[in-house]
Amino acid sequence: MSDQKRLVILGAGTGGTLAANRLRKKFKEDRLRIDIVDQNNQHVYQPGLLFVPFGLAESDEIVRKRDRQLHKGIHYHQSAIDSVDIEADSVTLENGDTLDYDVLLVATGARLQPEETEGMTGPGWMESVFTFYDMEGATALAAKLDEFESGHVVINVIDMPIKCPVAPLEFAFLADWYFTDKGVRDDVTITYVTPLDGAFTKPTASATLSSLLTDKGIELVTEFNTGEVDGEARKLIGFDGREIDFDIAVVIPLHGGAAYVENSPGLGDELGFIPTDNATLQSQVKPNIFVVGDAADLPASKAGSVTHFEGEVLVENMESFLKGEPIEHSFDGHANCFIETGFSKALLIDFNYENEPVGGHYPGPVGLPLLKESRVNHLGKLMFQSFYWHGLLPGRDIPGIGPDMPTFGKKHPVSG
Amino acid sequence: MPTKTFAGTSVDVNDEGFFEDPTQWTKEMAPEIADEYGVPTPLTDRAWVVIDLMRSEYFDKGTGPTVRKISKLSDVTTKELFVLFPKGPAKLAAMVAGIPKPKGCI
Ligand SMILES: Cc1cc2nc3c(=O)[nH]c(=O)nc-3n(C[C@H](O)[C@H](O)[C@H](O)COP(=O)(O)OP(=O)(O)OC[C@H]3O[C@@H](n4cnc5c(N)ncnc54)[C@H](O)[C@@H]3O)c2cc1C
Repeated sequence: MSDQKRLVILGAGTGGTLAANRLRKKFKEDRLRIDIVDQNNQHVYQPGLLFVPFGLAESDEIVRKRDRQLHKGIHYHQSAIDSVDIEADSVTLENGDTLDYDVLLVATGARLQPEETEGMTGPGWMESVFTFYDMEGATALAAKLDEFESGHVVINVIDMPIKCPVAPLEFAFLADWYFTDKGVRDDVTITYVTPLDGAFTKPTASATLSSLLTDKGIELVTEFNTGEVDGEARKLIGFDGREIDFDIAVVIPLHGGAAYVENSPGLGDELGFIPTDNATLQSQVKPNIFVVGDAADLPASKAGSVTHFEGEVLVENMESFLKGEPIEHSFDGHANCFIETGFSKALLIDFNYENEPVGGHYPGPVGLPLLKESRVNHLGKLMFQSFYWHGLLPGRDIPGIGPDMPTFGKKHPVSG
Repeated sequence: MPTKTFAGTSVDVNDEGFFEDPTQWTKEMAPEIADEYGVPTPLTDRAWVVIDLMRSEYFDKGTGPTVRKISKLSDVTTKELFVLFPKGPAKLAAMVAGIPKPKGCI
């Protein structure tokens, strides 16, 4: 009898790829067979999508083949997932194949659901209403911005949760820079419309980001709950009856879990995310199901940095599980985001489940400045793409940067 | 800790007025809380569908549901929610249902 265990990983994006590579290094093939499934073979470096509308990145620079990011000895299947039978420990693919598993890792991320908002994908979609959250939208928006010289650009987050909650703010900052560079900033109004009661979810960072919006002449509309997007009449209509006119609407559509989750009884919650233990990353659905990245319902940001920091804890805990040992490692909710603020500057925020983003330096006193605009942070953001392909995905550790949030070098938390 | 009095009973609330202890809440308090925060009264059967859901979800999951979850978990559409609890349904329904402020998303 063979004692080879079977691991199936759903999704070969950030989390699925890094977990597969780390586990392949830990376990010999005769101990663990690893199968991974994705619906397409285009691995997009998603943070790069922010730059595409402004001509600062081209689509082919930020896309690579998924299977090429996987180490040898990982079996890649290209098909959409149809469903998971959590009782039978089995996955059915749309191509008809079934994969039985001893352990399952859900890494299918978050899905954009523009069709869930009335009118959004109706007349005007990709003409006056765009999103930069996928490649098609980001590319179409680039063409639109290129010819746009005057009018009202509205950036609207429909509702939380969204991937990378700072990306829409970064878009606003970069738009200010872009139109300034083009010499038409005086003829373009930029408005940031959010359902939140401030620019961002975390009070300290929210205050810093709000004042940046003000400095850059970007208007902020809060507590706006978009009920309908009318691309023909070019207005956002709120559930409370308020209306906002636009020439270009850059919307961040509602997000939900992957489509097959609805097809898989007992796997996900109402939005299609997987109930997951905040600390161990084991699902609350069944002990042999683990979750990484945006697919989890954790109270942490849906961000690549979070997925990255989860990776280490996840792999240790999966190893313990496979060996029948107690699960001991715990994730602290660590998130670390560079926020592009335009004019070749960026700021950096660092926080976790318990601690608000504060000022100071990361990862220690001589590191990058926190909550403050600087050129160094901008360079950090630019260099990150190379690290993503060559360090993060292959599962290499960065010296000095562990998964837990560092407190050394930080200013004392401002209560908030 | 601040307190407020509804239906003749004093209850513990946070700075924003959300209940600290949902077990201090009684059905009789709901209309008074609603009046205080501008929620239309008398509370209709549809409003009660939402109030009951807020409480059962809170006791089940440890936090009140967001607007999107309310509309997925019941037959009350988002549009209707904004009529029943204008301005901010998730917050206002939590207030009237006597549960702590729903943990938003990050
Ligand atoms: C515009 C934008 C900017 C961002 N900027 C940043 C940033 O600056 N910093 C940061 O940390 N994070 C950023 N992020 C977020 C980051 O990209 C994600 O949080 C991260 O990629 C999540 O990894 P994941 O593995 O959970 O999901 P993903 O990497 O999205 O992978 C999920 C995979 O599952 C596959 N899948 C889904 N459903 C199915 C199915 N039914 N069948 C088969 N396969 C399926 C998908 O094809 C996909 O490959 C940004 C995101 C966007 C959109």
